[in-house]
Amino acid sequence: MTEFIQQILNGLSLGSIYALIALGYTMVYGVIQLINFAHGEILMVGAFAAFFAITVWGANIFAAIIIAMIASSLLGVVIERVAYRPLRNSGRLAVLITAIGVSLLLQNGGLMVFGTDFRAFPRVIENTHYKFFNGSITITSYQILIFTVTVVMMLILQYIVQKTKVGKAMRAVSWDKDAAKLMGINVDNIISVTFAIGSAFAAVAGVLLGLYYNTIYPLMGLMPGLKAFVAAVLGGIGLIPGAFAGGFLLGITETMVSGYWSTKWRDPFVFIILILILIIKPSGLLGREEKEKV
Amino acid sequence: MLSIKDIDVYYGAIHALKGINLEIKQGEIVTLIGANGAGKSTTLRTISGLVHPKKGTITFEGQDITRLPAQKIVELGISHVPEGRRPFAKMTVLENLELGAYLRKDKDGVRKSLERVFEYFPRLKERMYQKAGTLSGGEQQMLAIGRALMSKPKLLLLDEPSMGLAPILVQEIFKIIKEINEAGTTILLVEQNAHMALQIADRAYVLETGRIVLSGAAEELAETEAVKNAYLGG
Repeated sequence: MTEFIQQILNGLSLGSIYALIALGYTMVYGVIQLINFAHGEILMVGAFAAFFAITVWGANIFAAIIIAMIASSLLGVVIERVAYRPLRNSGRLAVLITAIGVSLLLQNGGLMVFGTDFRAFPRVIENTHYKFFNGSITITSYQILIFTVTVVMMLILQYIVQKTKVGKAMRAVSWDKDAAKLMGINVDNIISVTFAIGSAFAAVAGVLLGLYYNTIYPLMGLMPGLKAFVAAVLGGIGLIPGAFAGGFLLGITETMVSGYWSTKWRDPFVFIILILILIIKPSGLLGREEKEKV
Repeated sequence: MLSIKDIDVYYGAIHALKGINLEIKQGEIVTLIGANGAGKSTTLRTISGLVHPKKGTITFEGQDITRLPAQKIVELGISHVPEGRRPFAKMTVLENLELGAYLRKDKDGVRKSLERVFEYFPRLKERMYQKAGTLSGGEQQMLAIGRALMSKPKLLLLDEPSMGLAPILVQEIFKIIKEINEAGTTILLVEQNAHMALQIADRAYVLETGRIVLSGAAEELAETEAVKNAYLGG
């Protein structure tokens, strides 16, 4: 039983990170129906920005997170502006292929600029192990940090999307672009804002991944990016609560599979989930089948 | 107030509008009637900047708005109630109305506009916190008109407000359109229900496959044989 609880706790912190990444996929999908496959690389750039902020400028972890968010937001906005916007009226396949292209470009660009080495992410805060039930359950301060940061980010996002003017405009744009234009909403600007927010969340996830695995490297965004994509689809692509549900669920599933079965099966299992969800319920766990609009 | 000169609009290879000329004077209700596919909606979409003409000019209060993006045109005082109402179905009635006032910074003015919309359409007030997607067709039409009024437009473009509504509701909506006009908003009304449209309009244009074939005072047009036969059911 304690073993099970331990796995849930581990899953929650890993799932938090997936949820933060999945959010960017789902928000971007919500406004322009595009899977931004470069999202994992935006995360990587955020992690490197934080790394340099800490090692070169001596920033603390929170300042480093802010710097990472700014760097990733700018990158996300530039990618949309340069690569996706000119294709806004082309077929979805053209944009999807472009997204994969941008992803590869950034991976290889990262390898060129940052080198192929794994770098140790600085241990900016003490990773204390708190033990419970005679040491059978351990919670680390990193796990607490990851989970807390995620919950705070969730609340901030919920506030932005539900209560602010820009959030309402985002929802309007995601529902009906022409109708949004008729309200006087500058749709291009709202799409940029969406990329900025989604990318900022990816940056936070990048820093947390750096802390969690202790290393960063130019291809670090690839696997978490793909898994978070699965999480977004699992929860229901385009739905913000779906991204969180999918992220947590996937994180827990992953730790369960590696804990009770085999770490070899951890990654394949994620993609088996993707295939199953696409066969059984493509709209995702929280998604409803599109109802006819009257 | 609004002047359209010789505009040509294409959708891909389809030549949707062929040299349209149209004038709207301050305070008028002008109606644009014609069959399905004649180009009525396209005319409205061109005015509000959702599509741009290949040639020709559109001037609004002396300013060339032909190439302006849609949000600028809203800012200048033209509001467009699109065909099919297009509510933001997953947002509440109130949120929809608030979005109508997206560009306005005068909070008190916005509150007054909201009160005015609720005076026109008390049912929207009752359903303020309901999701727009759960409203009936008539209520959605009210919401679409109310949302457009929230930007305090000088010119209101209405695309088929009677579509799919029961006759009694059509009467109600047209009565309110008349009231909105009397309160000082100029109206360009696109309708398939030519009968109703000609009743409340000052002037009318008849559109056929992308061209204006007739125009004149609404009363007179309603009496011409061509209009009677084609649009008023003989």
